[in-house]
Amino acid sequence: MQYLLLIYTNEKAMLSAPKEAASQMMGAYAAYTEAMKNSGAWLASNRLRPTTEATTVRNPDGRKSVLNGPFAETKEQLAGFYLIEAPDLDGALSWAARCPGAAHGSIEVRPVWTV
Amino acid sequence: MQVLLLMYQDEKAMQKLPREEYGKLHGAFMAYVDALKKARALVGNHGLRPTSEARTVRKDAVLDGPFAETKEQLAGYFLLEVPDMEAALGWAKRHPSAPYGAVEVRPVWT
Amino acid sequence: MDVAATAEAVARASYGKLVAFLAARTRDVAAAEDALAEAFAAALAEWPAKGIPRTPEAWLLTVARRKLIDAARRRQTSVEAEPTLVLIADELVDAADGDAPIPDERLRLMFACAHPAIDAGVRAPLMLQAVLGFDAAAIGSAFLVAPATMGQRLVRAKARIRDAGIPFRVPEAHELAERLDAVLEAIYAVFTEGWADPAGTQPSSRNLAEEGIWLGRLIATLLPEAPEALGLLALMLHADARRHARRSAAGEFVPLAAQDPARWDRALIDEAEALLLRASAMRAPGRFQLEAAVQSAHAARRLTGKTDWSAIVQLYDALLAITGSVVVAINRAVAIAETRGAAAGLAELEPLADDARLAQYQPYWAARAALLARAGNAAAAAAAYQRAIGLESDPALRAFLQRELLHLHDVQPDLT
Repeated sequence: MQYLLLIYTNEKAMLSAPKEAASQMMGAYAAYTEAMKNSGAWLASNRLRPTTEATTVRNPDGRKSVLNGPFAETKEQLAGFYLIEAPDLDGALSWAARCPGAAHGSIEVRPVWTV
Repeated sequence: MQVLLLMYQDEKAMQKLPREEYGKLHGAFMAYVDALKKARALVGNHGLRPTSEARTVRKDAVLDGPFAETKEQLAGYFLLEVPDMEAALGWAKRHPSAPYGAVEVRPVWT
Repeated sequence: MDVAATAEAVARASYGKLVAFLAARTRDVAAAEDALAEAFAAALAEWPAKGIPRTPEAWLLTVARRKLIDAARRRQTSVEAEPTLVLIADELVDAADGDAPIPDERLRLMFACAHPAIDAGVRAPLMLQAVLGFDAAAIGSAFLVAPATMGQRLVRAKARIRDAGIPFRVPEAHELAERLDAVLEAIYAVFTEGWADPAGTQPSSRNLAEEGIWLGRLIATLLPEAPEALGLLALMLHADARRHARRSAAGEFVPLAAQDPARWDRALIDEAEALLLRASAMRAPGRFQLEAAVQSAHAARRLTGKTDWSAIVQLYDALLAITGSVVVAINRAVAIAETRGAAAGLAELEPLADDARLAQYQPYWAARAALLARAGNAAAAAAAYQRAIGLESDPALRAFLQRELLHLHDVQPDLT
């Protein structure tokens, strides 16, 4: 069976962590991912860029709205995701607006952290 | 560049959609994925089972339900193939961020 | 006396004019906007106590000028700023006495916004902000750009105007047509972005199609001898005339061919026709006049009950020759299908198949699907409808395409 692990951390704390703690954490992540791959359980994983680089798209009835920042509606829950390749943010926003989910909820657009 | 589109919906409202509406929506999602594939833009996509089936790991505790704190933000994800929820929770507890943040475990629609 | 309402009314009516007045003299759009914002704030603070001034525009400009001087002093630039600011003071004295109206520099502001040195993608947003006072978030939403990004682009564009010395000037006759085209393109971009919300169902957000028409009226009034400006306004009015017919009572999308002409707005059509007539008398055809003529041919159905597709094909021939536009080629193919059959229309679409730009262009796939269906190739039509559905972001249009796809299945049940 497939499961999604969603990793939530305090961004500000992560960004202001001392160098040593941060590199220790990076080492721990790498080891964890390695272990998961070795076990055969790993299918995919990605680190995301922070919420300051997120954009949220809603498109009810064709009235597009694009807001800076991550999703923030308490009445909505994460229902799915698409990992896409786009030339730039504008291209990604274009796909977000087309997602049928945009008409009924919100699509948060988050760039993936490239190593 | 790779970008993650996170789709948020009102689960309760979606569950109440009349069958015909739902059918159309489903068709629209299929067409959307198709379009992404034809544009060579799709790297992966997954629908998630509802939050009632989610579990969240914090430090060592396992809580029923999805992540629900305002002080933490989504930083990343892992998609895994394991026999059951127990195994998934096992991986969640091992994640280096579990002691400092939270790891939500959500079954994926296959 | 409702001060807030009066200030709001002055803002709506005069904002662009006031920005234009200051920007045309200082060449600094951003500084003009900031100074005016402070002036409006001062108005809301002082007018309740002191009463609404006799010439509110002059009052606002006087305060704005003072703010500009303060800003110049803070930046410690005075040598360049002073002469213009002195000039402004002189003009304002006349205006405050009621002796002279504030000159309308909006035309010059619009030409600056659409200057060739300004990136084409930011001209329409710039016009929306400088002339109409839209904020970056609203503009971003309309053009599907993140608000922060849109904000940055606008800041950079205005800095460009200031630093590159982009002139605030109506271009000379020899370059007017080309430069005007850029302005008209930007206005049309505003209009078409608003087109997806035809009912303007969100009262709190300003309907971009209306703003596009407002800008179109402005430029047609300021340049009444420019046939393309008249053509653009005619084009937008024709489209706007059909606004209510585009939705059924149930809120579903109704394509042009299925629309009831009784639901088209007669007054708007008449106005559009009059503009087109005036423009054609000037004997300088152009892209917008031709597009308006196509719309006029469609509108004629209200009188004749039919559509003159041969005339439309000829108009698209001319348009294609002028613009070489892929969008025009698609519309032309659809028109040819009406005169010579679906196979002929499909033949016209063939050469476009390899154009990378069309891979994600929904109208191309929708047109292909419709023609394939009519040609009897249900399987290919279904695949094309599927592509169109996946690429469409307007839910009503998507639902319409899905219904068309369903009809194919009705006709050919064994279709997978």
